[in-house]
Amino acid sequence: MTQDLIPIYIYSRKYYVPEGSTIITALEYLGFKLKKGVGCKEGFCGACASLYRLKGDYKLKGGLGCQTVVQPEMQIVQIPFVPAPKAVYKIEELQPDPEIFVRYYPELYRCLSCNTCTKICPQELQVMDFVQAAVRGDFEQVANLSFDCIMCGLCSARCPAEITQFNVAMLARRIYGKYLMKKSTFLEQRLKEIESGKYEEGYRELMSLSQEELKNRYFQREIDFQIT
Amino acid sequence: MGYPDYMYESIKLVEATRPRRAEMAKEGLQKFLKPLSAEEREKVLRDNHPDYQPEARKPIRVGPNKGEHLTSEVVDILERPSRLPRDFKLEPVDYETDVLVIGGGGAGCQAALWAAKNGAKVILCTKLRLGDANSMMSQGGMQASVNPGDSPLIHYLDAIGGGHFDNKPELLKIMTSEAPYIVKFLEELGVIWDKLPDGHYQTQSGGGASRRRMLSCRDYTGAEIMRVLRDEVRNHPEEITILEFLPALELIKDEEGKAAGAVLFDMETGQYHVVKAKVVVLATGGFGRIHIRGFPTTNHYGATMDGLVMAYRAGARLLHMDSVQFHPTGAIYPPQIHGFLITEKIRAMGGQPVNAKGELFVYPMEPRDVEASEYIQECKKGLGVRTPDGQYGIWLDSPLIEILHGSGTIERAFPAMFRQYKRFGIDIRVLPMLVYPTLHYQNGGVEIEENCHTSVPNLLAAGEVSGGVHGRNRLMGNSVLDYNVFGRRAGIEAAKLARETEIKGRLNVDHVWEYEEELKGEGIETKGYSPLLLPEYRNLESLKRHRTEFDPFAPAGL
Repeated sequence: MTQDLIPIYIYSRKYYVPEGSTIITALEYLGFKLKKGVGCKEGFCGACASLYRLKGDYKLKGGLGCQTVVQPEMQIVQIPFVPAPKAVYKIEELQPDPEIFVRYYPELYRCLSCNTCTKICPQELQVMDFVQAAVRGDFEQVANLSFDCIMCGLCSARCPAEITQFNVAMLARRIYGKYLMKKSTFLEQRLKEIESGKYEEGYRELMSLSQEELKNRYFQREIDFQIT
Repeated sequence: MGYPDYMYESIKLVEATRPRRAEMAKEGLQKFLKPLSAEEREKVLRDNHPDYQPEARKPIRVGPNKGEHLTSEVVDILERPSRLPRDFKLEPVDYETDVLVIGGGGAGCQAALWAAKNGAKVILCTKLRLGDANSMMSQGGMQASVNPGDSPLIHYLDAIGGGHFDNKPELLKIMTSEAPYIVKFLEELGVIWDKLPDGHYQTQSGGGASRRRMLSCRDYTGAEIMRVLRDEVRNHPEEITILEFLPALELIKDEEGKAAGAVLFDMETGQYHVVKAKVVVLATGGFGRIHIRGFPTTNHYGATMDGLVMAYRAGARLLHMDSVQFHPTGAIYPPQIHGFLITEKIRAMGGQPVNAKGELFVYPMEPRDVEASEYIQECKKGLGVRTPDGQYGIWLDSPLIEILHGSGTIERAFPAMFRQYKRFGIDIRVLPMLVYPTLHYQNGGVEIEENCHTSVPNLLAAGEVSGGVHGRNRLMGNSVLDYNVFGRRAGIEAAKLARETEIKGRLNVDHVWEYEEELKGEGIETKGYSPLLLPEYRNLESLKRHRTEFDPFAPAGL
């Protein structure tokens, strides 16, 4: 990072920060103590969602504070979270039925297909496409398209139809993972083995070894990356 | 953006050796590179690992572990006074509950869910938002013996060897034998594991593992599990009260010395909140943000070791707090992502560590401490690649993954990594990543037993804050497993304990003042307070302004 300073606007005030800073490192450089609007700092948690405008551009853009490099004359505000209704449900009582969207998130059907959500998404997800997939009741499609969603909420903040895309997708993914994915038959077998005490004798034996014997066992163990 | 021009000389060398290295990988790298023997491991660790360097450890002068050598930075923070004002009154009580869970990451959410399932009223408080935790950031996976050629016993053996045989055996038995159940439990909540077309789990190998045992959810494994757990916690508003942006400052005890709640602190307004609880579950995570030995970290902003400080003052014994995990592959260029985690799954799927000359110099799947030490050694030998700001790294040759598994694999299996580098102008499908070890994990912690009890009555601990199960080096994929297994157990135990518990007499924080007396008795005077609550990244100039112009919440102020 060079020490050339560039002007940016934070909450409308002008400051100078090192070129190459991200929004978060720029705030820290200036002396803001971050108590909100900051999280993992690596682009996984959605806590540092920010809105910004660039000079001469009428568009309002969105990005993650920890991943967005500041540009000269950029105007920035942070959105620590977006208040949003979340359906409260018992997952074990639901069915993989599109009806659940009608019940829990009826506003979904107001989608105007305006694509504003997709344009603002800092993960560059096809948000409108997964909203439309939910409208069609295609759980698998919603799960696949929304999988990398970090739930920052920017889509919902911008949506003219007031949809909470990230919560709709959350519900769809849980339904898909619980009810629609093929199950592993071997897992059940392994659980039965454990439950029946199959490994107890082996644990007793391992735990009774002297440090020396255990070390020998470990360094002589076979390495085998075949699955079966 | 992208790599500076001069680096392409070295990248050309990496490209030149790539076809041969791909051939080696196809035949099985074990045929060409043997994992290190016990003696060789010991030597490379001693010569290079940050834990083994002079001044890495020093004796702690107060508290339950008095006289033991712990990581120096840990000692410095433990030997500070409390942020609580001396005249603090524990009245009125703002909240009363059966179980107080401190921490809103994976362990905290599991504990809250299982305590609620078992009939307890729960308050979960967390410093930032629910789910803002290291749990959210785990990329590569979770270990569980779900393949026929594997078993919980082999998992046990791998983990205890990786942990230098220091793991508490009874904890490790529980973790390895309950792992397959956790896979099922999470799936029943709706976690989408990576699967093969027949429904079986996709599994990869991991450093120090002798079988393929790593389950994943693309490279958003932690995020997928964490967001499902968070959603499920929010599905129980009757049983679980969530208090966000309210970190705990100190534990509260009753007159019998049992943990009986905590003092919470609103960092914006300076207001304190007193929570009275029959049982306290500590699930506050680790210490990456204390930047041990000046290393950058992969950790969440909130990972400042708060829970460990509170527990230690309350009299809880610590275990293995002399050992720090440095992840072998942290990004070292571009500067905006310095220290960020590059998942071990990159190596598990064939990405190789190579030096500036394009040579593969180490078996890529050693346990993390050994692998990291090898990288440090290679750079010391002058075989690293220099960054524009004068640091050194080695290449992690990601394009091999596309050669070995077909084009499109990186975008499919590593969307987070692909996106991360693309934002800074580097396409990891065609260019390698420049890496160096980064501070990653607190191997030790507050010592627990099988049901998560600490040495303080009615104080349970689970997840990264706890110590014992990983020994002195955790293997990849065992922390996600750890917080799920022990978070759940802590919740079940807390509910049971709450039914049997009666809070006796006056609530107090006397242990805090006794600890401060002990500090004084040893003649220890330090600058600053603990827990830290938040790390400090403001520059010196702005800090001076704050200190002199306003400090509204001193000494608790931030």
